[in-house]
Amino acid sequence: MAGTVPTEGRNPAIATRERRESTVTPSGETPYLVVEDLTVKFPTADGVVSAVNGLSYAVPLGRTLAIVGESGSGKSVSSMAVMGLHDRKRTQITGSIQIGGDEMVGLSEHDLMKVRGDAVAMVFQDPQSSLHPLYTVGNQISEAYRVHHKVSKEVAKKRALEMLDLVGIPNPLRRFKQYPHEFSGGMRQRAMIAMGLVNDPKLVIADEPTTALDVTVQAQILDLLNNLQKEFGSAIVLITHDLGVVAEMADDVLVMYAGRCVEYGTAEDVLARPRMPYTWGLLESIPTVSAANERLRPIKGLPPSLLSLPSGCSFNPRCPYKDRVKGERCTTDLPGLLPVDGAGAHTSRCHLHDKASIYEAEVAPRLG
Amino acid sequence: MLYFVARRLVSALSVVLVTLIVTFALFFVAPTDPAASICGERNCTTQRYNEIRENLHLDRPKVQQFAEYTAGIFAGRTFETAGVVQECKAPCLGFSFKSDRPVTELLKTRLPVTISLVAGYAVLVLTIGVFVGSMAAKRRGTTGDRVLMSSTLVLSSVPYYIVALMISLYLTILYPILPRGGYTPISDNPAKWFAGLLTPWLVIGVYNCTQYARYSRGSMVETLSEDYIRTARAKGLSDRVVTYKHALRSGLIPVITIFGLDIAGSLAGAIFTERIFDLPGLGNLVLESLQNYDLPVIMGTVLVASVILVAMNFLVDIAYSIIDPRVRLS
Repeated sequence: MAGTVPTEGRNPAIATRERRESTVTPSGETPYLVVEDLTVKFPTADGVVSAVNGLSYAVPLGRTLAIVGESGSGKSVSSMAVMGLHDRKRTQITGSIQIGGDEMVGLSEHDLMKVRGDAVAMVFQDPQSSLHPLYTVGNQISEAYRVHHKVSKEVAKKRALEMLDLVGIPNPLRRFKQYPHEFSGGMRQRAMIAMGLVNDPKLVIADEPTTALDVTVQAQILDLLNNLQKEFGSAIVLITHDLGVVAEMADDVLVMYAGRCVEYGTAEDVLARPRMPYTWGLLESIPTVSAANERLRPIKGLPPSLLSLPSGCSFNPRCPYKDRVKGERCTTDLPGLLPVDGAGAHTSRCHLHDKASIYEAEVAPRLG
Repeated sequence: MLYFVARRLVSALSVVLVTLIVTFALFFVAPTDPAASICGERNCTTQRYNEIRENLHLDRPKVQQFAEYTAGIFAGRTFETAGVVQECKAPCLGFSFKSDRPVTELLKTRLPVTISLVAGYAVLVLTIGVFVGSMAAKRRGTTGDRVLMSSTLVLSSVPYYIVALMISLYLTILYPILPRGGYTPISDNPAKWFAGLLTPWLVIGVYNCTQYARYSRGSMVETLSEDYIRTARAKGLSDRVVTYKHALRSGLIPVITIFGLDIAGSLAGAIFTERIFDLPGLGNLVLESLQNYDLPVIMGTVLVASVILVAMNFLVDIAYSIIDPRVRLS
């Protein structure tokens, strides 16, 4: 099993567009997944919910992008949009999503089905509820393989057993016949990863893969994902709210707030030299063992309702640095996503003029 | 596992026993007098009346009558009527007061009719009802869904016996569009058996499809919003496979409970249907025996009905453990 992508099941009918050279990833490589100006809106009885607003990012093969944000920031919604999993009748999606050069937005359900589970796979958050309780694990993995490959049940079973072994599940033959509720939490997540990777996808979207697991198991799962990436060279989009996970795994980081990207850069840039008050708040709120006697420092306030976003910068009601911007621009003008220094790949969405010095002087000391 | 079965069996038997006792007691609380009914309105002498009472053991203490009845179920009884000794082999459910035939014989002739009716009914509700419900669930909130659900509501608002009577009158008798109801044993003439049951099947089936459509819709709407359905779609499965393979399996579980109890109740006698469409089944038997105060037949049908109900409950439990592996371990 070298990391070759099977050619059966690829849709020849999708017209290939020229890859847009302008969207380069923060690390400077040509991307496999390109999301441009993605907007996802849900019309509801109470108004239009803008879950995602003008999101753009790119991920090359072999690299991991971590999308970080609170609940309701739009991180899961944007990834479901990449797979086309939203209900067409209840969702308005605009913008561009290109996977391997092929445009996904506006694709028919029939063509989307060919991509899902094959070129792009998703690993979901809670394996307890994300695996079908009434079918054996082996059955579900084989099914994932047989959707995109016309093979017999025996061949699919062999493949499923290979995958179970690959993700480190002992006794694959016995486990194949078991049901999800007979697995432990960590093993269930491994089984989900096996199911996601069974068709050698070039893009893996992992939506909070470790949130439902305890810390020791979390480390194992992240190691597994890292190793699989090294071996098969897939692009990974890792959705998480846990900055520890980000530090472990991410090459690039995108911070989301209220449906918009507020900071985007390499992991080193964003974690060591963050340039947005929201990111500062996130870093400050991480509890540390050394500061055991100090109170926790959360970001004050709550995320805004997506039905009625604040005018100007969405973060302004909670931002402690709002007054340092002249003329109350934060409440009136939405900041653009601009490079933090000259022309780098590290961008942030904030009006503050002297972000670097504020960070060095005030925030960094508090981080210990 | 054996312990589980034994416990269920004991509780099942107690249910049946209690039902029998209650029915027996109710019979005597009600103003019934089978002896008078058999004796007739006129020409009834006191002597003949007393004779009948004695033959039917109605002069014995009630508890003794019950004990004799229950013992007879296991061991058989002998009856003496006007000097003639009749033997009733186990399981002896007694002799009908009115028709002087063993109750078991009566039941044997009636049961196949009810079973034929219920079998067709089951096929109809489980296919059409569940399918309509699943379709509505998939299109939740759309006009199609609303149309389907309001029509089920409209249909089920009309009392069943009116629907059945109207169809019987207008579609089989006045304008013979559908075949008239009636029973021919399948061994005699399968075509006539089918024709005679077609209209009752359609009436009772389609009428109850409304119920099943609503239950299935509710259950499917819940199931379709589960995470594992999202996973199935993320694997690239077609909408049809996701709905009818992944969602339906979980969605059917609550419907099975309802189905089990529904069938049990129907087997005990779809009284309206049998009466209106002239089917000599258990339901009709119950009606007749109530009118005639025919205690043994009443007791016999109650016994059969409660056994069927208990058995169906048991079967539903077994069905669960087959469909849902999480249940098996407990």
